Amino acid sequence: MTLKLGVPSKGRLMEKTFDWFAKRGITLSRTGSDREYAGRVDGVDGVDLVLLSAGEIPRELAAGRIHLGVTGTDLVHDKLPRWEQQVEEIAPLGFGHADLILAVPNCWIDVDSLDDLDAVAAAFRTRHGFRLRIATKYHRLVREFLTDAGVADYQLVDSQGATEGTVKNETAEMVADITSTGETLRANHLKLLSDGLVLKSQATLWRSRVASTDNADKAILRDLLAKLQ
Amino acid sequence: MTDRSQIAARAAQMRVRFEAAGAQVVDPPLLQPAGTLLDLYGEDIRARAYVTSDALRGEQMMRPDFTVPVVQMHMSEGAEPARYTYAGEVFRRQEHDPDRSNEYVQVGYELFERDDPADADAEVFSLFALQLRGLPLRAATGDIGILMAAVDGLRTTEKRKSALRRHVWRPRRFRALLDRYSGRSQIPEARQKLLTSAGDLTGSAVQIGKRSAAEIRERIELLRSDAAEPPISETEIHALETLMAVRETVPFAIEQLRDVAVDLPSINPALDRLEARIAALKARGVDVENLDFEASYGRTSMEYYDGFVFGFYAESRPDLPPIASGGRYDALTRQLGDGAEIPAVGGVIRPDLILELEESRS
Repeated sequence: MTLKLGVPSKGRLMEKTFDWFAKRGITLSRTGSDREYAGRVDGVDGVDLVLLSAGEIPRELAAGRIHLGVTGTDLVHDKLPRWEQQVEEIAPLGFGHADLILAVPNCWIDVDSLDDLDAVAAAFRTRHGFRLRIATKYHRLVREFLTDAGVADYQLVDSQGATEGTVKNETAEMVADITSTGETLRANHLKLLSDGLVLKSQATLWRSRVASTDNADKAILRDLLAKLQ
Repeated sequence: MTDRSQIAARAAQMRVRFEAAGAQVVDPPLLQPAGTLLDLYGEDIRARAYVTSDALRGEQMMRPDFTVPVVQMHMSEGAEPARYTYAGEVFRRQEHDPDRSNEYVQVGYELFERDDPADADAEVFSLFALQLRGLPLRAATGDIGILMAAVDGLRTTEKRKSALRRHVWRPRRFRALLDRYSGRSQIPEARQKLLTSAGDLTGSAVQIGKRSAAEIRERIELLRSDAAEPPISETEIHALETLMAVRETVPFAIEQLRDVAVDLPSINPALDRLEARIAALKARGVDVENLDFEASYGRTSMEYYDGFVFGFYAESRPDLPPIASGGRYDALTRQLGDGAEIPAVGGVIRPDLILELEESRS
């Protein structure tokens, strides 16, 4: 048997993951052409590299189709209900830092907190006849955060990209999105709510609690984790 | 484990008993238009109901309860007074607790009646008590109307009162508002700055989005005029807190609430209605001397009740949700009535939980 390790299949996230493992004596590499999603693992026996979209890694871990996987905290928390029971956090990798935040237009000088947001949402609904729209792709995390804070009279509208542009385009009144430096927010005339941090995220190595492992797998896992310490 | 046919048989039996009390059988569709439910509950309903869609009708929800469709049906075609009963599945998404069912049967009874609300409340409660007779259950009762009346009577601005009313069902936000309006919580720095800076504040920022500069200015005006208002008095806040903490058997609860009414006289009419209800319950044979009353009961569930509320709980099984629950929802008929309204009260029982209780007893 072999252990399957899922890693983001492209971009900086992949490169930094490769670097992180390399520093610990394990070389991950892509094989074949640039476009072929195949890879190999050197420096430890019995581990297969599976290249996947970062967004699919939580689901694959929860289904037990991969034993280990690298993906952001935000994706695991949003896509897996009761994630603690499905995956275990092995190590934060120290890159891919991103916060899921709530942001409103700069010109809303009367809005600084969730308190303000709630009051504005009520007034907005009365005035415009529909609930204040928040553009996001993190529906569950944002909804739970706002429910917990007691904010009402809003609606989530789905935005899978260019979320910060939705306010200017008037398809949403505000956004809930991932930011690392805040630059995109500023460029789009948006500002953070002072208490609107929904989640702090970074790239993290996870272990599936449901993937089947025999004794040989367990030995490989022990070996691998010892190297990663 | 009880099987579905047993549950269906018990549900049918209970529905027949509600029919015998004069109710007409109704059977609303399983798929409900999502818009109505979203307007009522907001985004929170998405965490509780299954949403599906098609190209023609757009978003639909798997029926999360019967009350909304029954009210809609009554408001569009019902005669008065009316009694309805139903038995069927409801669907609830479960994202946190795998032991809770995502599909279960409810048997319900809804009463639309104008003339004697106290007796209507008592009719519904005693019918449920009768269906549940012999089971080791504790009945809890409450009355959201008393808290509403207390808010209405506060000596403060209408704006503050309507903000408080909006959050009666969200105790944490309600608490935060009270702290702010009573001057107990500090004014946040950003707010302080906004209140004290002179002149036009909207100058430098680029104006984007549908919320206009006029709306922003209007809210700043509002915040400034609110800041000039005196805080809600300690006496009233204290009375409101005492009210929310009342948790007693009915006779003692009434005594405590009448004490509160010395400082919050606006609740007296609501207390008169409570006493009329108690008398009506007593007349129907309910042991009101030992009936529990909690003034905050029904505030944490995402519901539409605005008056009498009740629930029946299995004392030996605190892990179970209420076996039956219900209440008065006059405001809901107004919201769904398109200008019309009618006082209404009703409730639901879960036959699956009854069977589970009976099994664990035998």
